[in-house]
Amino acid sequence: MADIIHTAAIPKGSMGRRLKLRPGAVLVNIVLIVICLFWLLPTVGLLVSSLRPKELIAVSAWWEAFQAPLRFTMENYVNVLSRANMGTSFVNSLMIAIPGTVIPMCIAAFAAYAFSWMQFKGREWLYLVVIALIAVPIQMTLIPVLRLFNNLGITGSFLAVWLAHAAYGLPFSIYLLRNFISQLPQSMLESAFVDGASHPVVFFRLVLPTCLPALASLGIFQFMWVWNDLLVALIYLGGTTDVAPMTVTIANMVNSYGGGWEYLTAAAFISMALPLVVFFALQKYFVKGVLAGSVKE
Amino acid sequence: MKLLSLLLAIVSVPAVLVVYIYITEKLIGGRSVRLLPAAGPRSGRAGKSGGAAFLRPWLWLLPSLLLLGVFLLYPVVNTIILSFKNARSIEFVGLANFIHIFTDRGMLIVLRNNVAWLVFFTAGTLGLGLLMAVLSDKVRWEPVAKAAVFIPMAISFVAAGVIWRFMFEFRPAGEVQIGTVNAVLTALIPGFQPRAWLFDKQTNNIALIVVGIWMWTGFAMVILSAGLKGIPTDVIEAARIDGASAWQIFVRIILPLAAPTIAVVATTLMVNVLKIFDIVYVMTNGSLGTEVIANRMYKELFNYRHFGRASAIAVILLVAIAPVMIMNIKRFKESRKSHG
Repeated sequence: MADIIHTAAIPKGSMGRRLKLRPGAVLVNIVLIVICLFWLLPTVGLLVSSLRPKELIAVSAWWEAFQAPLRFTMENYVNVLSRANMGTSFVNSLMIAIPGTVIPMCIAAFAAYAFSWMQFKGREWLYLVVIALIAVPIQMTLIPVLRLFNNLGITGSFLAVWLAHAAYGLPFSIYLLRNFISQLPQSMLESAFVDGASHPVVFFRLVLPTCLPALASLGIFQFMWVWNDLLVALIYLGGTTDVAPMTVTIANMVNSYGGGWEYLTAAAFISMALPLVVFFALQKYFVKGVLAGSVKE
Repeated sequence: MKLLSLLLAIVSVPAVLVVYIYITEKLIGGRSVRLLPAAGPRSGRAGKSGGAAFLRPWLWLLPSLLLLGVFLLYPVVNTIILSFKNARSIEFVGLANFIHIFTDRGMLIVLRNNVAWLVFFTAGTLGLGLLMAVLSDKVRWEPVAKAAVFIPMAISFVAAGVIWRFMFEFRPAGEVQIGTVNAVLTALIPGFQPRAWLFDKQTNNIALIVVGIWMWTGFAMVILSAGLKGIPTDVIEAARIDGASAWQIFVRIILPLAAPTIAVVATTLMVNVLKIFDIVYVMTNGSLGTEVIANRMYKELFNYRHFGRASAIAVILLVAIAPVMIMNIKRFKESRKSHG
């Protein structure tokens, strides 16, 4: 698995240069452009539509927006934020995603260190259990966990989704961090211990600062995962609107509004805005997280 | 109020953990530290160096083990038991829930749909991902091309569902088509009758699978591309000098060498497609013969309140995914061996 991460870091090889000016180059470019257009078109159509007045969306196709007279408006965004509960939902999504990222990362870091640099009986098989848990479908856990939350009376609260996301994110977080921490040079840690440092000191002063890149990848990956999640929120928040994240609110809108495209397009784009910013700003870390995540669920 | 609980959650959890680690360190009185290699042989002295070295790993693992135990391990066992019980989890009913799943007409459609997803989604995503990985490597604007295809990975299935509902939007023939797919097809093909892609039983499953492929091709592309760039160039160079065509090089050299990476991508895609839920929930909610396992489970759980059947469906999902879990473990064990 670590090999996959490493190959990602290899700079663009000479394969590209060799083939660049061959006769098929034009064809390659054309095929690529067609694929890219096909991939971008749906998103562009949504964005353009969300900026068009309500009465035009329903009667003409979105690309006709670029014919004179140009009529673009922000009113769909204003409406959806004020009326359709999207403002609250945006805050709720943050409320869920930030702790849903921070909590499992903190807890996993300690476990990853213990799995890497402490010796104990059963370490091997315990770690195998963690790896096996990465692929367990969360559907297997829904009913017992829902009953547990009901008994505790926390169904429909943020605490329930935080706990759930923390637990569901743990196996992969431990796996990714252990891959990184166990490959730190042994000499580095040894010299710290020789100098009389204890495990906590080595962990906080030496290991954590060194694995910041891995923490960044994991953090972005987990944040996107939680931000984009529908199922966990749907089940454990039980449809309560004042705690619903954007995914749940939009899914409800789709089912009740049907074709209210002026709301849906704007709402969908609001929910995409943050992940897209994160993606373009931190693409390198996100891609690394995805590469490492090729065993995740 | 919300902000306060947010701050509390993200500050207190790390703080409590730090305090916990230092307090337990004081309590077990660990002084001398014995460093042990990550993958090295057992020294056999761990027990002799006292209680600290014995207790410490477990104290560091405790928060993780608690969460995993309560929210993953115990529920898995519990769900397996529930799958043999009736709707309200009171009496054992043997295999009745499983027999229902494999005989009920509605459930058979669900299973058929999952097989269709498994085959077409995996093949489509893998094929397009491989095509993108190979082609983008040959152009100067590789990062741009990759970003364009990778973007859908960053957005939610829900947003993708909205995007594609808009793409597939249908108006009766003669009216202005505002859905991109119908508009383009009516413009290009003379006499084309606009279709209700999501409501037509012949096309709706394929339409949903297209959305899945659109979302996941970027994932396949990124991993395959990393794998392809790891192939030593001298092998390819030698084949070219021997007069092999680009196609021969691809089929005879690149594909076999990339096979392990392709296997990783394929298994990941399969695990994910078996659990597919959001796309179907947002786009059709399983109506008109588009239901898949995860959506059916949701309905059994919240609409029909049949916990036995819902659990049985989850167990079937687990059994379908189990081979991949075993493969992950095997792969890990092998990498252990190869690293000494």
